[in-house]
Amino acid sequence: MRKVYSRILQIVGDVITVEAEEVGNQELAEINTSRGKSLAQVIKLDGNKVSLQVFAGSRGVSTGDEVRFLGHRMQVSFSDNLMGRIFDGSGIPRDNGPSLVDSMVEIGGPSVNPAKRIIPDRMVRTGIPMIDVFNSLVVSQKLPIFSVAGEPYNELLSRIAMQAEVDVIILGGLGLKYDDFLFFRDTLEEHGALSRSILFIHTASDPTVECIMVPDMCLAVAEQFAIKGKDVLVLLTDMTNFADALKEVAITMEQIPSNRGYPGDLYSQLASRYEKAVDFSDAGSITVLAVTTMPGDDVTHPVPDNTGYITEGQFYLRNGRIEPFGSLSRLKQQVNGKTREDHRTVMDTMIQLYADFKDTKEKLAMGFQMSKWDEKLLRYGDLFENKLMSLKVNIPLEKALDLGWKIMAECFSPEETGVKTEMSDKFWPKEKLAAERENREDETEEEQEEGPKTVEDLNKQE
Amino acid sequence: MSDRTGKISGINGNMIVAEFEDYVLQNEVAYAVTGEEKLKSEVIRVRGRKADLQVYENTEGLKVGDNVEFSGELLSVELGPGLLTQIYDGLQNPLPQVADKCGYFLKRGVYLNALSYEQKWEFTPESKKGDKVKAGDFLGSVPEGIFRHFIMVPFSLRDEYEIVKMAAKGNYAGKDVIAELKDKKGNIEKVSMIQTWPVKLPIKAYSEKLKPADPLITKVRIIDTLVPVARGGTYCIPGPFGAGKTVLQQITSRHAEVDIVIIAACGERAGEVVETLREFPELKDPRTGKSLMERTIIICNTSSMPVAARESSVYTAVTIAEYYRQMGLNVLLLPDSTSRWAQAMREMSGRLEEIPGEEAFPAYLESRIASFYERAGIVRLNNGKIGSVTIGGTVSPAGGNFEEPVTQATLKVVGAFLGLSRERSDARKYPAIDPLESWSKYKSVVNREHVEYVKYVLRKSAEVEQMMKVVGEEGTAMEDFTEYLKGEFIDAVYLQQNAFDEIDGATPAKRQEYVFGVLHEILKSEFTFGTKDEARHFFHGLRQEFKNWNSDPWESDAFKNREKSLKERVKKQVKDKG
Ligand SMILES: Nc1ncnc2c1ncn2[C@@H]1O[C@H](COP(=O)(O)OP(=O)(O)OP(=O)(O)O)[C@@H](O)[C@H]1O
Ligand SMILES: [Mg+2]
Repeated sequence: MRKVYSRILQIVGDVITVEAEEVGNQELAEINTSRGKSLAQVIKLDGNKVSLQVFAGSRGVSTGDEVRFLGHRMQVSFSDNLMGRIFDGSGIPRDNGPSLVDSMVEIGGPSVNPAKRIIPDRMVRTGIPMIDVFNSLVVSQKLPIFSVAGEPYNELLSRIAMQAEVDVIILGGLGLKYDDFLFFRDTLEEHGALSRSILFIHTASDPTVECIMVPDMCLAVAEQFAIKGKDVLVLLTDMTNFADALKEVAITMEQIPSNRGYPGDLYSQLASRYEKAVDFSDAGSITVLAVTTMPGDDVTHPVPDNTGYITEGQFYLRNGRIEPFGSLSRLKQQVNGKTREDHRTVMDTMIQLYADFKDTKEKLAMGFQMSKWDEKLLRYGDLFENKLMSLKVNIPLEKALDLGWKIMAECFSPEETGVKTEMSDKFWPKEKLAAERENREDETEEEQEEGPKTVEDLNKQE
Repeated sequence: MSDRTGKISGINGNMIVAEFEDYVLQNEVAYAVTGEEKLKSEVIRVRGRKADLQVYENTEGLKVGDNVEFSGELLSVELGPGLLTQIYDGLQNPLPQVADKCGYFLKRGVYLNALSYEQKWEFTPESKKGDKVKAGDFLGSVPEGIFRHFIMVPFSLRDEYEIVKMAAKGNYAGKDVIAELKDKKGNIEKVSMIQTWPVKLPIKAYSEKLKPADPLITKVRIIDTLVPVARGGTYCIPGPFGAGKTVLQQITSRHAEVDIVIIAACGERAGEVVETLREFPELKDPRTGKSLMERTIIICNTSSMPVAARESSVYTAVTIAEYYRQMGLNVLLLPDSTSRWAQAMREMSGRLEEIPGEEAFPAYLESRIASFYERAGIVRLNNGKIGSVTIGGTVSPAGGNFEEPVTQATLKVVGAFLGLSRERSDARKYPAIDPLESWSKYKSVVNREHVEYVKYVLRKSAEVEQMMKVVGEEGTAMEDFTEYLKGEFIDAVYLQQNAFDEIDGATPAKRQEYVFGVLHEILKSEFTFGTKDEARHFFHGLRQEFKNWNSDPWESDAFKNREKSLKERVKKQVKDKG
């Protein structure tokens, strides 16, 4: 049995300092307070002065309380018994189920050897055209949803989770509102997905330090499942709360902040979590979808900024829609060449036309004249936003591509879109094509030969 | 290995404090011992009987009172045949071999030999008994892939030596003695094919450092033409996230006209390294017909690997670059991203409680960045051969704002600034190098006056574009409008390049010179248009044709025909004006 110490020298924020010997860095301890037991982790050693971060917070800790070191780091139980269970940031059950203590694994383990990774090439189908068509999500991708507070980001997360064909869903709640927690739980239950889900939930009213543990708990469990060959989807909401918790602890420790109060290692801290996303060469995978709310809708704020430098693209959620501009899946080209042959064509053409629509809208707002072409674009933009961009739409990729052709055909002739003839011959809605052929006489020889290649051309030629 | 030891008295993140009895050397390597594991560290500050060490590994489980063993050696790398095609971490651990040994995950405290001590190399002497030699002189050579890898007098030997024994032609392993050298006092040095060198010291076994003059062809038009880089020069690529820094480096690592490319993935995504290490073996180097991997070395300390080793990774990379330069080769070093290295310095500085500078970066940030880029250069070796190291690092400025310490410190020392703009990348105009903000002190591959003229048109075009936002197209004079279209035209047909098109993706210098000449001629033509629509129509037709031309094979019939047709279009429009 290890020694118990009861000389707490200092309590600052959620960090206590105790005199003790033979203590390992990052070791776990248990504190017995009048409020009950809490875990704490060693974060600094100076001679025999040991600083610990108290998970449950230092409120009510007395200088005479007992501290018992456990001789290991933070651990989480890993087995199939986790399925369907709900825990807090310390791994204590939140659902009335039994505590799990079998086959414990340490959290925050070493990173995967890059030589053991493979280039990911499997698409995650979400049924959301703005993702599937325009910024395909790929197995093992790490991708944040950049959002302003108030946007339906949790709905979006849960929708993707319900739709994605994964073996295990792990939800990490960080500073989650209790209502949102219930929302997630109920949604998973309704869709019969709870039995393949594991929840680690830190709510807004829980101690700050536990918030920091949540991503590591989720990812440690995810890693174990992935090694066993499972495809795991990890959802983290909201990582801005995670960063804020780090900030709070750093300030307590009197670290010099680098940018708006955030510690200088914010990038490394975020990266060590996001980089757990992986596709193993001969086992399963971890895909990480996270919410990052942007304080003040400012993408240059340190949290979204550092996140953008780490992740493989981002989805901007604005006005209830995934913005086509700014949103980017950096891995999409690994998969969208192998879906349907018109995938890339539809993606490029529709975005290009939508960009033109945006320009036209700006012109309209400035009071400039609208040309015929402008009118077409306005019509197109309207259709695009309502029929494809809306998050209400839930259709498979192939249907979305068909719909894309239909929308384009509603507004333009094939030539006007700049789509290659071989593509439009094959995919342009037939009845429109026939009608098109009839009233096409006035084109010059030369133009037919060159054929305006990009949509921009046409826009300007009009 | 010395037998000096100390005891840990404090631990804060990856910094430990060790109390010692004897003495310590600043920057010597030490090992923190915990159970079976020995964790590599480096002495970075000494105060009284206490040494502060940065540990290159996770310090989990270390205890106050644990032993520290001092090695007496500075952090060094092994240099010798077999470096090419390797994938190392920041401490020169070969990652594939680590994977063989430890499986999926990296394991701390595992340090494998960087080079095989068993593999035999076919050695041919280049010097003979009795020759007088000094550091860097060629003793012999071995074939390493497509190169003749010279075995040199170790750079650490300071004297002049006489060769007293020379191995005969034959097969030798890395640590076999291939020569014995005698100094003036009669001491004998045994030399093998593998030598070591401390990473933080530049290798200086050359006769003089020259001024970078010749362009280093990247085959990226906007670079070679507008903001060229030079062999032995330095450049930086700052840009916000997702603007295309890494892709630009990947493109240059494929196409640049150099002998060897060293990719230093410093604190960035593991996935990007995987792309390179899985794809390069499959890609053919057009110059040699062999796989691109044969001229490549990857040093990778990705963002979730230990932070201190991130700092050392750029030094490991530049030291290996200098080593190959000593053989008279041209080496291109591509660190991505130098900001992560700077952040590693910042983290350590914070733990040392040093007085912070701007954005909490240490006061020595500038001098560290300067001395790193200073290791680039083109040199004349003792034997008259020329070798070079070119460094092109990315910078990841916080918030995408270039007014921050790392970008600013870098701009002070580099010869070219290739700034990426969010606007261009959002508009998918790749490569997203801002043609007006960026600059270079080096010589372009094309005619300078032409470049000046094109820059003038670009500037003018941007001005008109701004103006049009206020007054609309209706309120813009025809002349201005034409300038605007010309600028757009240059951008679309010359500055932008389709990385996925085999021909357009890599434009050799000769072709750039030629095509740019044609472009210049077109721009100089006196066009008169009746209406703006006519003007736009003309330029768009021209643009389409020019873009197609960019994809025609150099000097092919298609190329010649398209050129003719382009020129006719222009002629027609110029004549039409009357
Ligand atoms: N030359 C290019 N051609 C086509 N697409 C490009 C090009 N450059 C960048 N992209 C697109 O932009 C994405 C981001 O590029 P890249 O990874 O190079 O950004 P970065 O500047 O390195 O970002 P970070 O700082 O986050 O690492 C790529 O995944 C690709 O989709
Ligand atoms: Mg990058």
